Amino acid sequence: MNTNEKKEILQPVSMPVEGVAGFTSAWRSQWPKLDSEKCNGCLLCWIFCPETLISREDRSIDLRYCKGCAVCARECPVNAIEMIREGEE
Amino acid sequence: MSKRIETGNTACALAVLAAGIDYMAAYPITPQTTLSEKIANFAATGEFTGKYVLVESEHSAMSAVAAASAVGARTFTATSSQGLLHMHEILHYASGGRLPVVMANINRAVLAPWCLYADHQDSISQRDTGWLQLFCSNHQEIYDSVFLAYKVAEKVDIPVMISYDGFLLSHSLLPFETVDDSVIKQYLPDRDPAWRLHPDIGGNFSNVAMAAEYSAYRHRLADDTLKSLQIFRDSIKEYENLTGRKQPDLIEASGTENANVYLLSMGSMASEMELVATELTKQGINASALKLRLYRPFPSDELVNILPDGSTLIVLDRNIAYGHPGGVLYMEARSALYESDKKIRVLGGSVGLGGVDLTVSVLLNEVNRLLEVAKA
Amino acid sequence: MSEKMKENILESSVNPMVGLPHAEISKHKEHDGTEVAALSSKLAEMPEYEMVHKGTGACAGCPSPMGLRIVGKVLGPNSVVVMTPSCTVASTGMMPKSCFKIPVLNCAFASAAATATGITGAYDALIEKGAISGPKPTVFTWIGDGGTYDIGFQGLSAAAERNDDFIFFCYNNEAYGNTGMQRSGATPRHAITTTTPGGKTENKKNLPILMLEHQCAYVATASVSYPQDLFRKVAKAKDIKGFRYIEVHSPCGPGWKIPWSETIDMGKRAVKTGAWALWEAENGNLTINAPTLQIAQGKVKPASLEEYIELQGRFNLVTRSPDKDKIIADMKDGIEKDLKRLLMRL
Repeated sequence: MNTNEKKEILQPVSMPVEGVAGFTSAWRSQWPKLDSEKCNGCLLCWIFCPETLISREDRSIDLRYCKGCAVCARECPVNAIEMIREGEE
Repeated sequence: MSKRIETGNTACALAVLAAGIDYMAAYPITPQTTLSEKIANFAATGEFTGKYVLVESEHSAMSAVAAASAVGARTFTATSSQGLLHMHEILHYASGGRLPVVMANINRAVLAPWCLYADHQDSISQRDTGWLQLFCSNHQEIYDSVFLAYKVAEKVDIPVMISYDGFLLSHSLLPFETVDDSVIKQYLPDRDPAWRLHPDIGGNFSNVAMAAEYSAYRHRLADDTLKSLQIFRDSIKEYENLTGRKQPDLIEASGTENANVYLLSMGSMASEMELVATELTKQGINASALKLRLYRPFPSDELVNILPDGSTLIVLDRNIAYGHPGGVLYMEARSALYESDKKIRVLGGSVGLGGVDLTVSVLLNEVNRLLEVAKA
Repeated sequence: MSEKMKENILESSVNPMVGLPHAEISKHKEHDGTEVAALSSKLAEMPEYEMVHKGTGACAGCPSPMGLRIVGKVLGPNSVVVMTPSCTVASTGMMPKSCFKIPVLNCAFASAAATATGITGAYDALIEKGAISGPKPTVFTWIGDGGTYDIGFQGLSAAAERNDDFIFFCYNNEAYGNTGMQRSGATPRHAITTTTPGGKTENKKNLPILMLEHQCAYVATASVSYPQDLFRKVAKAKDIKGFRYIEVHSPCGPGWKIPWSETIDMGKRAVKTGAWALWEAENGNLTINAPTLQIAQGKVKPASLEEYIELQGRFNLVTRSPDKDKIIADMKDGIEKDLKRLLMRL
């Protein structure tokens, strides 16, 4: 093969992108609400969130992708996260 | 350039070494074994400096070389018979993934029952895997085909299988000419892929595709397979120019031009067919032997152009296309000629299965039998 | 054992973070040999890098992206991953999109280990030749229990025997999740799957022990519920050359018939009941990790197996059986025997 020859990529290759499944908040029936007063900063919610939606800095939650699994609320040792039914509050 | 007398497997190993492969994985199977042993010896003596992995199955051998090819390595593996069948799943993966792996398949009959000797059922069972398939009829072709295979594979990003008959070619001693490494380097520079699996480049290779994307990839592979015909022709010419040695065409005709009877076959049988054509000519039947070098894609144009209007084509296959009279080459030939305006009678038979000895007299009997059928 | 440690372990039945050693990783060596600060497994100090983009197609509460996040934090962007058909691949996104920031090579189901073998060997060959520049990317697999215990085992065993240079991760959710929960070699006895509607009648394989017997460079079991333990093990594995196997226990909501929110809790229960053992071995030399060691030694009372079984819908036939007590006693007996055998390996 001539190295100067510009070759087209023929391999079936995908590229990384956020939101491959769209805004997955559409899946949920409940959403997590953090009470910053109660939060002790243990970071369990941050590490367990399967979708990387919780900020390590301020525990703000990117609700656009939250599927409402509630692992964060379940694992919070000080009950600082409450699950709210979708459409309420 | 030097003359050597070696086995077919050694001829192949010498070419693989000269082709500058980076990665090889293989699993032993008769009659391929002496080929992978030979390259293991090259690795032990330091002549082969790439990576050689001794895997635990042919399925893993093909998986490993396909992956190494995705990283951008020039890869090689070799197998036979059951080993090729065991690889089948990954053959589709390599072609669908557009990974230019080159493999030697040393033709051998397939189970059941067990049989160690040559026929083409293993290769032809991979016909629709998307691999390009070269067949060889002597050691020179084995040696030269290795370079041609890499040349084309890396140009079109489609894997190539080189097939030659077990024992008849793999283990017999025959003379052939080697080519100087510097010439090979010129013909085959280092591989420079447009994409490779590497964090600097990125990409998710072959995740799930919906129908539209999937069918686009498949049609592209089909189109590029057909386009590779011209790349084969050009690459053969380039090799001829560099080595100064005449190469057989995709379908090589020998004997009289404008014959009445043409004898088409592939593999070691094709060498015997040249003698059969001479015998027929002696009997007063103007005959020519046609040796097929490239089975996939099938060089239909070549076949149509060679055959004169009104001639008879006898196709002998070392395989069976079950459910159809004769073998796969017979099907291919009939299909290729259907669109032609030329009126050509085509007859076919399956011979030499499981390594049944195909002497000139055996082949002559079969050809005469088919010529009788043609008359009737 | 100090009183303080005992306290910690007892406390750990509430919080998985307490009682587990924080990063005790020696100086971390970069590929060029320079020593850099040790990777810390403290949550506040873990690397920022995220390997998985937000918004995957995984089920809510799925353990696979949880585990991959931890793995990614250790291995970083200079790594490539091999995947076979699995929930992870099904949730990657469709062409031409992918949720993974690092390169992925998808391959056939039985091919995971051989594919990683090909990648790692090709990097070695091409770097040595100068065709690509180093440092060599870390090659790892992310394969379900089906692709590990069953269809992929031949290739896995062979790669371990050859000591090929990559990390084989198995994320084990104890069934074929991607195809809708059919039994696998990792499914525990009595579990209902779509192909064992009457409950599985056979025991699961003890695959981590089989891998231990390969005497390869590093073998470890881990759990998504113990992220710091997992982080520490991946960090250890990263600095070892050769074949490394890490199996990550991954409770699955739809498969285990538990609410999405219970993924992590169920993983903790698995460890604390002794049903899932945490250990690691370098070149065949075993270390049993807390709290498995303490449970095995009888120093910590295991958590209730009854609860662990009752909370999972896949064990409904046990829960509702008139022989429930006997079945659970048998299960306990099996766990105790497994842990005893593990102790004997020390």
